[in-house]
Amino acid sequence: MTLRNLMTTAAALSALAAPALADINIGASISETGPAAFLGDPEAKTLRMEVEKINAEGGINGEKINLIIYDDGGDANKAKTFATRLVEDDEVVAVIGGTTTGTTMAMVPVFEDAEIPFISLAGAVDIIEPVKTFTFKTPHTDRMACEKIFADMKAQGFTKVGMISGSDGFGKSMQAQCKGVAEASGVEIVADEVYGPQDADMTPQLTNIKGSGAQAILNSGMGQGPAVVTRNHKQLAIEAPLYQSHGVASKQFIELAGAQAAEGVRLPAAALLVADQLPDDDAQKPVVIAYRDAYQAATGEDVSTFGGHAHDALAILKAAIERADSTDPVAIRDQIEATKDFVGTAGNVTYSPEDHLGLTLDAFKMLVIKDGDWTIAQ
Amino acid sequence: MSELLQFLFSGLTVGAVYALVALGFTIIYNASDVVNFAQGEFVMLGGMLTVSAYAAGLPLPLAALIAIVVTAGIGVALNKLAIEPARGAPVVSLIIITIGASIFLRGAAQVLFGKQIHRFPSFSGDTPLRIGGATILPQSLWVMAGGIAVFIALYLFFTRTLTGKAVLATSNNRLAAQLVGINTNWVMTLSFALSAAIGALAGVLITPITNTSYDVGIALALKGFAAAMLGGMGNPKGALVGGILLGIIEALTAGYLSSQYKDAAAFVIILLVLFFLPQGLFGARHTERV
Amino acid sequence: MRLGPKSTTLLVLAALIALTPVFFPSSFYYRVGSLIFINGLAVTGMVILIGYAGQISLGHAGFAGIGAYSCALMPVHWGVPVLLAAVLGALISAALAWLVGRPILRLKGYYLAVATLGFGILVYMVLMNEAWLTGGPDGTAVPDSGLRDMAKAIGINLKNSEFWYWFCGIVLTIGAWLALNLHDSPTGRALRALHGSEIAARTVGVDVAKYKLQAFVISAVYASVAGSLVALQNQFVTPDIAGYMHSIEWVTMTVLGGAGSVLGAIFGAGILTLLPQVLTRFAEYEQLLLGLIMMLVMIFMRDGLLPQVLRLIRGKDQ
Repeated sequence: MTLRNLMTTAAALSALAAPALADINIGASISETGPAAFLGDPEAKTLRMEVEKINAEGGINGEKINLIIYDDGGDANKAKTFATRLVEDDEVVAVIGGTTTGTTMAMVPVFEDAEIPFISLAGAVDIIEPVKTFTFKTPHTDRMACEKIFADMKAQGFTKVGMISGSDGFGKSMQAQCKGVAEASGVEIVADEVYGPQDADMTPQLTNIKGSGAQAILNSGMGQGPAVVTRNHKQLAIEAPLYQSHGVASKQFIELAGAQAAEGVRLPAAALLVADQLPDDDAQKPVVIAYRDAYQAATGEDVSTFGGHAHDALAILKAAIERADSTDPVAIRDQIEATKDFVGTAGNVTYSPEDHLGLTLDAFKMLVIKDGDWTIAQ
Repeated sequence: MSELLQFLFSGLTVGAVYALVALGFTIIYNASDVVNFAQGEFVMLGGMLTVSAYAAGLPLPLAALIAIVVTAGIGVALNKLAIEPARGAPVVSLIIITIGASIFLRGAAQVLFGKQIHRFPSFSGDTPLRIGGATILPQSLWVMAGGIAVFIALYLFFTRTLTGKAVLATSNNRLAAQLVGINTNWVMTLSFALSAAIGALAGVLITPITNTSYDVGIALALKGFAAAMLGGMGNPKGALVGGILLGIIEALTAGYLSSQYKDAAAFVIILLVLFFLPQGLFGARHTERV
Repeated sequence: MRLGPKSTTLLVLAALIALTPVFFPSSFYYRVGSLIFINGLAVTGMVILIGYAGQISLGHAGFAGIGAYSCALMPVHWGVPVLLAAVLGALISAALAWLVGRPILRLKGYYLAVATLGFGILVYMVLMNEAWLTGGPDGTAVPDSGLRDMAKAIGINLKNSEFWYWFCGIVLTIGAWLALNLHDSPTGRALRALHGSEIAARTVGVDVAKYKLQAFVISAVYASVAGSLVALQNQFVTPDIAGYMHSIEWVTMTVLGGAGSVLGAIFGAGILTLLPQVLTRFAEYEQLLLGLIMMLVMIFMRDGLLPQVLRLIRGKDQ
């Protein structure tokens, strides 16, 4: 087979799967595999599940959604290629995704040039600061997580903090943000250690933190690293309490770390993880319970806040298309920006021309692990 | 002082993991001069299959045994279906085949097991042992014991048994080995079965410490490969020492220098060792036949 | 007039680059094309190292990282024009290859593989860890090269992806031309001699160490330029570009396509760049199929895809 043949085969294949004209093409480039798969996998599963549900209920304004998901493996170059493909080949009207900050930032110029609305699922504040016309995001920023954690530490009387961070994008991005806001939050970083995302043992780093006089320890990381840190923290019998980040926010973390080692670990997270414990008059309660039950029924896995971000992005997009009553990307963008008091899994979202994040700090709840389960910290 | 001890314990724990993976490389390399880049996937399969069997309600030892046997079978299949048909191909083609096999196995595991991270309980609980102010988890001792047991078994196998010597003979000169009556096909099959079984055993032992998921194989193979090369490829002693050394270098760097650059320090040491000892610490001198 | 193999290769390559766009159903395929050319350039360098000199490297993505980050960092921090930064990046890569190549190339086989692997990982770790300079894992922006505006100024007005298709195509053709010239030069002959047997080559008076080092340095420059092209086109770069999976990918492309010839390796780059795009429709099985294809090709087409395809075509002719 020659290169040309393969090209035409590729073209034929994409033509084969091309949607009927009346459908609304929504694109997504998610890191379903690779180092960020821990975040990307629930995101992709959520999108597929929610789109199926929307289509079964008659679609948006009577038109079905045709969801096109690509797996960028966390690689910025691939993400950029898929972004180009979504715009130029699949002719989507809006895009969700960018699991990591790196892939998001690589894709932003493509969508800004093509004037396609883009809702990112990544953490860093750089994505929406400065505001870019077509780019939005649904998760809290790393900086907000840092501020929430430091505020809780201060309230408990801890001002000397030892940091231990994963060397992946998530961990390093949050590490930088926390160091940036430490002084303003009134805490001092007295130790700053790093581990590889697949390392088997972090006792050397924790031993150094123990010796640094830290009153509390903050672990910024996602995936399995935080589970190992939590076990090692217990193993070394360190008295300084351990804070995890929003990166561990799924039930799986407690299983991996072991309920015994995870006891007393505190972290900031969205209401999703403690759905049942919310007061009945909380507007978020029905939303998060519905999503959690649907996700667990569809996948058999524990719900995580990352899937929640994808849920929120799609719901915001759906509402915007309905309001715009059009599939014109610019009209959709205008309606996304007009989103007001949207109740999602992450909190209440109100976008504005100056704010493409739309969340405030009180959307985060401080959780503490008790008897192998999350509870809302008092 | 207790700090140094803690760093050493950490180094031994991690080093034993690397050593177990490195030992798995040894047999196939000895039989065929091929570094099997799918070795990390054998480790992954050992862990993931145990997780599945254990979740299905089997007792842990039985689950582990099943995982090891199934993985050994996959090793044999890999040899029969991919390595044997490519006999006579240049070594670089064989490397690409094993890289292809590693991608294939990873892809299959992703489809079969999903992308979640898993773990099963430690064999002897999670209460740390305290020695001289430092602590170590019982599971670390299991991993170290496993590494030493595999090392001794391999050492005896290559020096005391006829089959082991047949493996070495096949590696030295396949034709000559055939001429003296060695069934080289069988030797290759056996090598793959044993390597896969050792890999799977490593996966069973380390999962309570490292956790497991469909994609843990890449990082493990990388460190195991580096450890094997540091010690000298093909030599069980080299694999053991190389692995432990790599782990201790990483732990001491993380403890005393910079945890950011602990992986870098490991590779700098490997580069330095290879500059002075181009065959690794215990590697055999190789002369080119003209 | 009978064409030599060199002219034939260049003609085939130029014809493929010039004519394929006729079949493009959308302008997205220009983007894929430009990625094929960039990978093609890197594997052309690998042909010099693997195919001509018989040496292996699992660390060439490190040089791509240097080329890419030169374009990102030099203009911002030191005011160097972007294109000059790409040239400087290539020079730094060459110098670095020369420095590490001298001790490393004494090693053979897998020992060389692990040493180059280590080198690549060191570059990757610096890009990951020195976030104050490189932006860390989240990556960093690359200033506009202004190349497209230059083309506009002389009357060539193209869409972004189209422009990079043609630009990378031209760079690849030049790279292939240089590699083919090298093949027939005294250096090329010396390299092929030492590929056969180093001891034999040494016996007949070939300065083995010098020629191996030359091949290593030249291939590093190819990788560095490929990295610069990625950075210039994407205007954004992350440390992934220096990741060792990238190095392994390039070796695989080279061997899969046929390490013995420039065209074969570029063919391999084309297949392995296209495959993930074709397989997106089977997303879940992508890895599984990719691994299967790699194994099948190597089992049944030992010299690589292109030589086998050519053999089939010739067989039919007879």
